[in-house]
Amino acid sequence: MKDVREALMIGHNSEGKLVRRPLSPHLQVYKPQISSATSIFHRITGVALSVGTILMTLWLICAASGDAAFSVIQAFFASWIGMLILFGFTIALFYHFCNGIRHLAWDAGKGFELPDMHRSGKLVFAATIVLTVAFWVIALLVW
Amino acid sequence: MAEFSLPANSKIGEGKTYKAEAGAKRVKSFKVYRWNPDDGKNPVMDTYEIDLDKCGPMVLDAIIKIKNEIDSSLTFRRSCREGICGSCAMNIDGTNTLACLKPIAEVKGDVKINPLPHMPVVKDLVPDLSQPYAQLRSIEPWMQSETVAPPDGERLQSKEERAELDGLWECILCFCCSTSCPSYWWNGDRYLGPAVLLQAYRWIADSRDEATGKRLDALEDPFKLYRCHTIMNCTQTCPKGLNPAKAIGKVKQLMLERQG
Repeated sequence: MKDVREALMIGHNSEGKLVRRPLSPHLQVYKPQISSATSIFHRITGVALSVGTILMTLWLICAASGDAAFSVIQAFFASWIGMLILFGFTIALFYHFCNGIRHLAWDAGKGFELPDMHRSGKLVFAATIVLTVAFWVIALLVW
Repeated sequence: MAEFSLPANSKIGEGKTYKAEAGAKRVKSFKVYRWNPDDGKNPVMDTYEIDLDKCGPMVLDAIIKIKNEIDSSLTFRRSCREGICGSCAMNIDGTNTLACLKPIAEVKGDVKINPLPHMPVVKDLVPDLSQPYAQLRSIEPWMQSETVAPPDGERLQSKEERAELDGLWECILCFCCSTSCPSYWWNGDRYLGPAVLLQAYRWIADSRDEATGKRLDALEDPFKLYRCHTIMNCTQTCPKGLNPAKAIGKVKQLMLERQG
């Protein structure tokens, strides 16, 4: 479907001739702030989790296919690149989880005031770091 | 579809610099978006150096001074200069606000001034607002009632019913919020945007209005209402301190509640 706003991109100059109007700058000039930052991270981590879940599925398939396949996938996830992917996956998971709770609160009609929104946004970032670090400390100790 | 970069004809070049007069002590640079439909060129940022000792305190004072004393071709909308008409809405220092309510002293470094984001530019700082106005019309922003009004007076509300409209009626339709919303940038052809949705809720919340069901029906749409992802740029930027995100949240809640 064509964007109906396209029609407004055509204007007139002083002589009445048609001219193509410019689109005013948006992402290029708009200041990043906690409102938009938490939102875009939510989307990025959501995409990352979808991709990461494919890897988790791959791990399960390997585990079900027998010893040989399982040892290959285990070796991959124990390598530094595998660990890095898992680390990224946990950051994405904890961020998406915490910010998801924030969205649930909004959907219940709570936390819309600006000071609350700023506080909950910062809390989500802090909680993501704390949970990720705690997870890895425990994981590496058990491992 | 979301187009993250500017079209070729919208890329912004370097413009002219107008130096402050000799002897000026408190000089501040104002970098202003310029586009003239008559010269066939791309937009540019012109720089105007202003002596703050000879200028009023608000950004609007500075751009009026530029128009009066330096460059009369600078084009912008303004009227009341006290935050009630909504004409001088523009992007100042990276966020949308009213130039008349924005103190120059709040901006660190150069004052960058752009038109409201992701809108067709008519000239310089004047955006074409036809789309949000058409969307406002689509939500029928007037009272609708089957009940006949009392013959001897106005329709009455309790104090509580009237209080429901606080934070809604104050909206001056400057569209700072709608043009701060990335969702409105990418989907503004079908998503109504925060300003218009706040207006929709203003009539839904009015105890005298009897078209609530019809109004909710009209918003029950994957784009019109539900492109709001609670980014909250709208509330963050509203120069009147209103909360469009909260109003939209209430509409979403009403949608759920009536499903039972």
